[in-house]
Amino acid sequence: MDRFVFLTAAGLARGAVLALFALSLVIVWRTARVVNFAQAAMAAAAVYAAFAVTAATGSYWAGLLTGLAAGALLGAAAERGLMRRLPAHAPLPGIIVAIGLVMVLQAGLAIAFGPEHRPMHPPFSERPFVIGGVPVLSPYDLFTLGAAAAVMAVLALLFNRTSLGLQLRAAAFAPETARLLGVRVPRMVTLGWALSVAAASLAALLLVPTELGLNPHAADLLFVNAFAVAVIGGLDSPLGALVAGIGVGLLVSYVTGYASASAAPLAVLALMTLVLLVRPGGLFAAREARTA
Amino acid sequence: MKTSLRALAVTVLAIGGTFGLDPFRNYQLATAAACFAAVAGLTVLVGLTGQLSLGHAVLMAAGGYGFAYAASAVDGHWLVVLLVGLAAAAVVAGLLGLLLGAAAARLRGPYLAGLTLALVIALPAAANTLPLGGDQGARAPFFPVPDALANLIAVEQWHAWLAIVIAALAVTPLVVLRSGRAGLRMRAVLDDETASRLSGVDPGLVKTGAFAASAVPAGLGGAVLAIATQQVTPGGYGLAFSLLLVVAAVAGGLGSIGGAAIGSVLVTVLPWAIDELTALAPADLGRRLDGNLAVLLFGAGLIALTTIWPGGASRLLDRLRAARPLRFATPSTTTER
Amino acid sequence: MRTPGPFNHGHRNRPFTSAAALAAAAALGLAACSTPGGDEDVPGVTDDTVTIGTHQPLTGPAAAGYSAISAATAAYFEYVNANGGIHGRDIEYLVKDDAYDPAATQTAVRELVTEEDVFAIVNGLGTPTHSSVLDYLDQQGVPDLFVSSGSLTWNQPNVYDNTFAFNADYVTEGAALAKYAVEQDPEAVICVLGQDDDYGEGIIEGVETVVGSNEIAEVQNYSVSSEDLTAQLGAMMAAECEVNVLGTINGFTAMAVGTAAQMEWFPKWYVSSSGADYPTLAGYLGEDLAPVLLQGLVSVNYLPSSAGGEWDALFREINDEYNDGAPYTGNTIFGMSVGYLFAEALAAAGEDPTRESLVAAVESGDLVGNGIVPLSYSEDDHAAYRAVGVTVVNEGVQDYIGTTYEVSAGQVAAVEPDPVPLENEGIPGS
Repeated sequence: MDRFVFLTAAGLARGAVLALFALSLVIVWRTARVVNFAQAAMAAAAVYAAFAVTAATGSYWAGLLTGLAAGALLGAAAERGLMRRLPAHAPLPGIIVAIGLVMVLQAGLAIAFGPEHRPMHPPFSERPFVIGGVPVLSPYDLFTLGAAAAVMAVLALLFNRTSLGLQLRAAAFAPETARLLGVRVPRMVTLGWALSVAAASLAALLLVPTELGLNPHAADLLFVNAFAVAVIGGLDSPLGALVAGIGVGLLVSYVTGYASASAAPLAVLALMTLVLLVRPGGLFAAREARTA
Repeated sequence: MKTSLRALAVTVLAIGGTFGLDPFRNYQLATAAACFAAVAGLTVLVGLTGQLSLGHAVLMAAGGYGFAYAASAVDGHWLVVLLVGLAAAAVVAGLLGLLLGAAAARLRGPYLAGLTLALVIALPAAANTLPLGGDQGARAPFFPVPDALANLIAVEQWHAWLAIVIAALAVTPLVVLRSGRAGLRMRAVLDDETASRLSGVDPGLVKTGAFAASAVPAGLGGAVLAIATQQVTPGGYGLAFSLLLVVAAVAGGLGSIGGAAIGSVLVTVLPWAIDELTALAPADLGRRLDGNLAVLLFGAGLIALTTIWPGGASRLLDRLRAARPLRFATPSTTTER
Repeated sequence: MRTPGPFNHGHRNRPFTSAAALAAAAALGLAACSTPGGDEDVPGVTDDTVTIGTHQPLTGPAAAGYSAISAATAAYFEYVNANGGIHGRDIEYLVKDDAYDPAATQTAVRELVTEEDVFAIVNGLGTPTHSSVLDYLDQQGVPDLFVSSGSLTWNQPNVYDNTFAFNADYVTEGAALAKYAVEQDPEAVICVLGQDDDYGEGIIEGVETVVGSNEIAEVQNYSVSSEDLTAQLGAMMAAECEVNVLGTINGFTAMAVGTAAQMEWFPKWYVSSSGADYPTLAGYLGEDLAPVLLQGLVSVNYLPSSAGGEWDALFREINDEYNDGAPYTGNTIFGMSVGYLFAEALAAAGEDPTRESLVAAVESGDLVGNGIVPLSYSEDDHAAYRAVGVTVVNEGVQDYIGTTYEVSAGQVAAVEPDPVPLENEGIPGS
């Protein structure tokens, strides 16, 4: 029972980060209809920026803000510089360009900073509170959960309650109509990219201090799992990202704790296959157009 | 028929070419032939049906494991061992492809890419969890040079021969398939699923079939690698390798089998050539560039090719051909559309 | 107009011929030809050089720290060359990067053997990587000396007669660690955290030879791609482990110790030599925390790592002069010790060494190396070290405490350490 409580707590903290990263994939999918395969590499680049600023100023928060800004800039730049030039309505070129971007960014980071792991220190203690003899969440875990929840809430408000959010959604779902109604569609798409990569950078910034250290591949596994989460939840659905994120976080934690670490990727693959077989568009898929 | 003759001519030409290469280049040639088989399958899948698989390395690994276990299990003449191994490679990879294809038929682009990506990431875990020999992988039998040839060629050249022949056998049916009715159906499904459904083509069936047809040459490519290296390890079929296959397909021009050949040689030779170059750089810089520079250039190439020059090497080939006056003057872009 | 396909792919199969021909032509143009067989010369040996090669992970995520090994070996060889070489020949050491990827190892080693014509492969690093070239090196008859991994695979003289191990094997290390733990406290609850490959399995097997099969209180594993060890350590903590034997690489040792400390859990750590290098661990944990967190960390070793010893002094000198004063860690000692052992073997292989005489020199059992225990090479034994000495970290200093165990046939026995003295300024064979 102790073990179950402990693993649940660990899974929740992990799941929050996963959900946040998956949400970033959902945002870019909703605004631009592409899956950004370069999200992990862009997030890692943003974390390097944060790392440099923290090292120079000694302030975690300055680093955090720099990381978010760097992420947003990278996202906007990738959209303006690359993605915009691709033919619309065809998913493939976007995916391939993103894969190219992954290779360029990760190799570039490795050349610039070397392959070493650079330890990052969390701003709060990682010493967990012990409740009834069982170590549960640490202050840093709570910070992670809180930050992820806050960002998700803000994004939900933005998309659902503000005129900007309405424009963003309109630009994504009906670009031509939106344009006619005076929405600056290209600007909205750029904004979507910036928001998305900033959210991904935040997820990576939250994760890296709990890992071995910062390296060009630091967010790779996060991306792969978050992508699985987004696919399981449905690429269109922020709620799906949240639910599936927590679900996959718990699953990985339980499988690692009760079975073995090597079985965890298999469990995720199995869950994803199962969900896709039953619901090809993910758990919270919007209904697709009839094709037959 | 014409295709088979042409394939035969190319095969003989390539085998002749191995005499001009030293053992190490012949080993590289065998590797390139293995990639060629896989990339040919991938390029047809992506180019004709629009299904992007990031998991073709896993299909190669499936073929490699199938080859290693089946060929190790039989005794007898080396040709029997080889054929049993190849049959197993084709079957195992084909079955996995069929499974993936069944899933792919239900999934749209990014979902499929996600599933295949998760598959690549799960391969090392699978190797450790299933009885596949863990990180050390499975040992494949060694095919020594037959006695009749022993004084003539080195073992690397012999393996290059096997690689060329197997790659030709793997790719030729793909060429036939691509230019036949099946190819037409794939394009129809790609262009408009609803329309193709109206004209009696089941898109799900076509997509599943295309995946399986693309998996078999990939599996045979894995068998070629197993022959050349006598080993199948999960580490050799990771995400980086899978992405390299995509690079080769894009560089060659999606859908083009000739382009796949060029792309495969490119991804085999370029990293090596670039590393030779970085070795000349000062020690510290060289250490940083080593391995990374090639990836950087490949990434930049992917972006440039996709944004500026889609069509890759195959478009270059078209240009070259167009420059030759005696060909029919049909602009190649209108022959199919 | 373009149809909304992924790409505009308008071409028939005609390019097939021309493309393949082009590819063949391109391949042809790559290099001048050469046919097999040929001269009678010994590969890699000239009148004034001996060329050897190795494969090492210099790049890639799994490589952190290891790149220091080959740099140290190269520095030692430079030192030897600057002092006249071995039998008047300089040692040329070619280091190829394989990024810990078996496919890359295969290419690298083939290039070394066929293009660079190396005399021997020395200290190829890693179990999955080196396994992938074991058969090839055997077929080619290339001496495969001092493999850098504790797998038992390298000690199969009947199958791989040219392959020799360098590390004490993982089973030996696991058994020695468990023996020391039991001698310290027979009642201790012993648990194992291992990497999910032959490294972790070897350690588990070793521990089980001492505590009995299935008697380990809790066994957990991780894979090198793991992000954290929270779940594993939580489980071990719940099982009330007192002695944690780790079959982990340095990064994960640091992560395990750090994660446990965050949980306010301070069990005893018994770590295999592959993951217990104090300077490297301190790099991960930070110089301020390391002496506290690593206090009392038990490990085993067999190389002359004692600070202030004569080997240590020599190696530090070489490191300063020929290695640009790179950080001096256990990997530095490891790399230079391998270099010394090869130089000794080459010297023993005679004035005109051949591949056969090199292998015979190692099998003769006359090599002494520089360990704190004797080498065990013989015709039927291709393992290097069958005995290991226990080290403990005290106030930031990791040193031998004198306890030494020999492991053979599943039995662990205490033996006296027998360090090899430094002779002739660390240059063998004159």
